[in-house]
Amino acid sequence: MSAVSVTANGTGAVDAQAAAGEESAGFDIEHAEATEDFETTGTPFVDNPKMSARNVNVYYGEKHAIMNVSLDIGQNEVIAMIGPSGCGKSTFLRTLNRMNDIIPICRVEGNITLDEEDIYTSGQDTVLLRARVGMVFQKPNPFPKSIYENVAYGARIHGLAQSKAEMDEIVENSLRRASLFDEVKDNLDKPGTGLSGGQQQRLCIARAIAVSPEVILMDEPCSALDPIATARIEELIDELKEKFTIAIVTHSMQQAARVSQRTAYFHLGRLIEVGETKDVFTMPRHQLTENYITGRFG
Amino acid sequence: MTEPDHYKNTAAIQASLKKRYARETRFKWYGRLAVMTGFLFLFVLLADIIGKGLPAFTQHFISIDLTLDAATLGVSSTPDETELFAADFGAVIKRGLRDTFPEVSGRSEKRSLYRLVSAGAEYELRDRVIADPSLIGTSGPVWLMAHAEAGSYLKGQVDTQLPESDRRVKDNQVAWLDELRDQGRTESRFNTTFFTAGDSREPELAGIKAALYGSLFTLAVTFCLAFPIGVLAAVYLEEFAARNRLTDLIEININNLAAVPSIVFGLLGLAVFINFMDLPRSAPLVGGMVLSLMTLPTIIITSRAAIQAVSPSIREAALGVGASRLQTVFHHVLPVAMPGILTGSIIGMAQALGETAPLLMIGMVAFIMDVPGSVSDPSTVLPVQIFLWADSPERGFTEKTSAAIMVLMGFLIMMNAVAIYLRRRFESK
Repeated sequence: MSAVSVTANGTGAVDAQAAAGEESAGFDIEHAEATEDFETTGTPFVDNPKMSARNVNVYYGEKHAIMNVSLDIGQNEVIAMIGPSGCGKSTFLRTLNRMNDIIPICRVEGNITLDEEDIYTSGQDTVLLRARVGMVFQKPNPFPKSIYENVAYGARIHGLAQSKAEMDEIVENSLRRASLFDEVKDNLDKPGTGLSGGQQQRLCIARAIAVSPEVILMDEPCSALDPIATARIEELIDELKEKFTIAIVTHSMQQAARVSQRTAYFHLGRLIEVGETKDVFTMPRHQLTENYITGRFG
Repeated sequence: MTEPDHYKNTAAIQASLKKRYARETRFKWYGRLAVMTGFLFLFVLLADIIGKGLPAFTQHFISIDLTLDAATLGVSSTPDETELFAADFGAVIKRGLRDTFPEVSGRSEKRSLYRLVSAGAEYELRDRVIADPSLIGTSGPVWLMAHAEAGSYLKGQVDTQLPESDRRVKDNQVAWLDELRDQGRTESRFNTTFFTAGDSREPELAGIKAALYGSLFTLAVTFCLAFPIGVLAAVYLEEFAARNRLTDLIEININNLAAVPSIVFGLLGLAVFINFMDLPRSAPLVGGMVLSLMTLPTIIITSRAAIQAVSPSIREAALGVGASRLQTVFHHVLPVAMPGILTGSIIGMAQALGETAPLLMIGMVAFIMDVPGSVSDPSTVLPVQIFLWADSPERGFTEKTSAAIMVLMGFLIMMNAVAIYLRRRFESK
């Protein structure tokens, strides 16, 4: 299997770079078999996992996008997933709330549990799962409706508010927690799509937390934002971890270092190394991780 | 790169610039020419239709002194309604005409004198008298609807230079009409008959109302069937159906159906709806069903395109907060796709509005005078009415044809206006 064929959505250039990096690392990941003979370096397992993945394999048709990944996400921690483009970190994130289900050719194998319940059994309701495991996407994607409606929508379809007053409270609290309320409190009936990019992304975060999920998945939430908006989102993530468990995919190693307690490094569909963020960035144990964080590729 | 090369490049670019700009200017002019040609044809078409159709919106009346005496009417001195209904108002009008032109004698001359007034005038007079029986026994000038040919002369459409045998309005009629006009006893009024009557053999009595109602009913049936079925089919195929051989086959068939000649749908309607299901012939119900079959592929194809065009990020956002697939579709995808769906539906409905061929097959081409009261009453539709009138040789029907086209276009513009209004509303949400 070639390096290109295992990537989910990577560009050829990055893969070539990545491949070059591997050679210098002296580790032949290209020819390593998908199963047993590769072991994740570091500490993928924790004592009190909120979610845990065991031997997860994801295929897009013939492409093997995620290979045998096992990883725990601890209660109330922020775990960052980093790695070069096409390494499968977003794909892995999306398996955690079965967002990949909407892609017809996508197939997931292995075990993923939320509070020790398997989320890939046929009895698992994806609606309930996604209410418990919320998601914030790479590009801010507010609904083309009012700001109020954007935040209220999730709570409304799940029947979380019994009255208008309760709904108002949910909307206000969510917007406050997303530190957006003061900016939009006079314009709650204006369309959410009219906000700036950073505000839109905070609106999407407010929308996600309005449903009171237990886990929030963030797929490169700041990649479309300027540094100021990014800083605000990062502050927000720091506050949110009091109440939520957060898994964040990011391209920015600085961001990973700033917001996360643990960091997982993905490479070509494999989970290479997991550890305390400060350890991963200061003394990476795997050659590939070191190459990546020192900027030799990716 | 060395410096002389720079100079050479700049010179080469400059040399080519003029040519490039000339090409751009030429292209712009081709475009303008194309647009102007299109507008010119449209303008000629509209000018022709409006020029021909406008006279149809006026109608001439002739004032004749009539004596409404019971003897001529053939009724008692205090007649009841049934008696008046059968009374001979024609005789009153004829006598009035003879009294106005006492010099007229001879059967054929009298007949051409009587032809100045519309055949419908006596019924109008009858209705007026039934409404107000006290008119009986009075005499005085009464405005009567002119015959279509007399009207056409009064509108100035008859060339009196032509030999008499080549025109419908004869010399003696011309003389009488001139005399009436000189006495101020002719009048041009807005043609209300055109909007209040159904079809007729007499041009001055023919109206568009029956066809207009027929079109309304037919389109209502078409919309009620084609829109929900089309949108639901599109939503199902786009959002829920698995991609496999079967759905591919369905998609190919839908695309092919959009290109099937409309008369084939008429044949299908005749065979299935009328002969097999025994639904009424010539009815807007069957017409609407046939047209909805014809419109469905258009609506499905455009709706699917509109649904496909909805950004996947909106779907992800909805699914991400835990909306079910149905909620995602109905709360988020459909509202965003609605403007596109409406545009497609309006295109389909406009096609249906202008369709004649399939309706001929199911008998909507019949001569129907009565305004339909429901979807199962026999009726005709605007394009078929235009077709029928265009087929008639009378001068009065020629202008009515153009007038009916104007009404059809007005109908279409109204439909589009509603669609644009709805689209704006959905877009602003």
